[in-house]
Amino acid sequence: MSLKDEQRAHVLKALHADLRYDGRKKESFRKVIVEYDISKSAEGSARVKIGDTEVLAGVKVAIETPYPDTPEQGSLMVNAELLPLSSARFEPGPPSTEAVELARVVDRGIRESAAIDTKKLCIAKGEKVWMVMIDICTINDAGNLIDASSLASLAALKQARFPEYDGKKIDFMTKTKNPIPLLKEPIAITVFKIEDQLFVDPLRDEEDVMDARLTVTTTADGKICALQKGGNGILTIEDIDAMTQLAMEKSEELREKLE
Amino acid sequence: MTYKKRLDGRAVDETRKISAKVGIIKNAQGSAVFQIGATTAIAAVYGPRELHPKFLQNPDTGVLRCNYNMMPFSGHGERVRPGQNRRAKEISMVTEQALAPALNLKNFPNAVVDVFIELPQTDAGTRCAGICAASMALADAGFEMKDLVVAIAVGRVDDHLVADLNYDEESYECDAGVADIPVAMLANSGEITLLQDDGDITAQQLKEALQLAKKVGKKIYEVQKQALKEKFTGEEK
Repeated sequence: MSLKDEQRAHVLKALHADLRYDGRKKESFRKVIVEYDISKSAEGSARVKIGDTEVLAGVKVAIETPYPDTPEQGSLMVNAELLPLSSARFEPGPPSTEAVELARVVDRGIRESAAIDTKKLCIAKGEKVWMVMIDICTINDAGNLIDASSLASLAALKQARFPEYDGKKIDFMTKTKNPIPLLKEPIAITVFKIEDQLFVDPLRDEEDVMDARLTVTTTADGKICALQKGGNGILTIEDIDAMTQLAMEKSEELREKLE
Repeated sequence: MTYKKRLDGRAVDETRKISAKVGIIKNAQGSAVFQIGATTAIAAVYGPRELHPKFLQNPDTGVLRCNYNMMPFSGHGERVRPGQNRRAKEISMVTEQALAPALNLKNFPNAVVDVFIELPQTDAGTRCAGICAASMALADAGFEMKDLVVAIAVGRVDDHLVADLNYDEESYECDAGVADIPVAMLANSGEITLLQDDGDITAQQLKEALQLAKKVGKKIYEVQKQALKEKFTGEEK
């Protein structure tokens, strides 16, 4: 039996007793803390801590020419940096597959729920639109980066204010009172599976031995707007039903953390 | 336009508000945050660990490797593109050289000690804040050091020598221009480990500016020591 198999067996045994490495139950989150405006340089920013996991998200804006097929709509970009400062697993250099997936899962939640009213980002039809850019930076990876990053991104978006723009130049040093036009608040919850056991908010050690995971992004009206299945394991339709139910329950808990 | 009073009302030898804390990143061997005004630097130390590529290994001593990075949303204007650029590369190098004289890695031949410095928000003085944070993070990790390293930007704005220039001062427009001089030194001996200058300065002014840096360095040292004490002795202010 390899070390990883041993670890998996150990985690699984605990899960059968509804127990986690840190004493939690399968369906409970660690303590979640959201702090706003952690970077004066950004248009909006937030720090999310879930237990020992910590992520920062910052929003910057720029003015761009709109895409020809959507001349009246602004755009969104999400990027994630798995900083080598946050874990010995991460190395400096171009984004890893893991970083790209993380950014795209967060992006999809915001994009597909139509969280941002992109028409309101239009300055001059066909000529100028606002682009909203979210950067996620990990500070400490103790598991569940997806949920933490999604929550931090939404919090940063909520806190963001446009800088002054006189028609020619953006004055980044002067913030207006205008918020980013938000219509929805998508929250991502990832449910993990080892054999028949489902649980949320994994520690890094638990993440390492999972069979599969499903990230379910939902809005306050209870609609699912994005999904992402991960891991080499399989999910049955029954699994997916149970996982989405659990994710929806948990998303309400996280939603309450946003003021 | 002459520079009579500092833009934010500080005395010439007065720094912005400084705060510091160690042990902020659990995964790291050592870590610290150093905040001066609206510039925040966080540093994490990983290692000693195996150094790749192998030809960089030194059988006589461990190698210190620093990586300075501004978060994409931390710039003064537009978003900063992620990834290494020429500026970050140079700052990483001078940071290594600023810290190396304080550090003894002889017990770790062939290994590397990685220091990652990240900036979530900036208002000038980032390399100095990064060095202050990194020095504390190395001490927090328990490496053998003969001193802490303190760093501060001093300089000339118009005809005044000032300590801890912020962005508005760095970019102040006047006939005589501005000289921005980041300095790092061993806190107790005052021996200088980093020195750069952007702008005109006379030899006499430079001498005075370095004396000013030494004076301010003492204050930074007290903040660093206090932060380390708070963690290791549970001592509060």
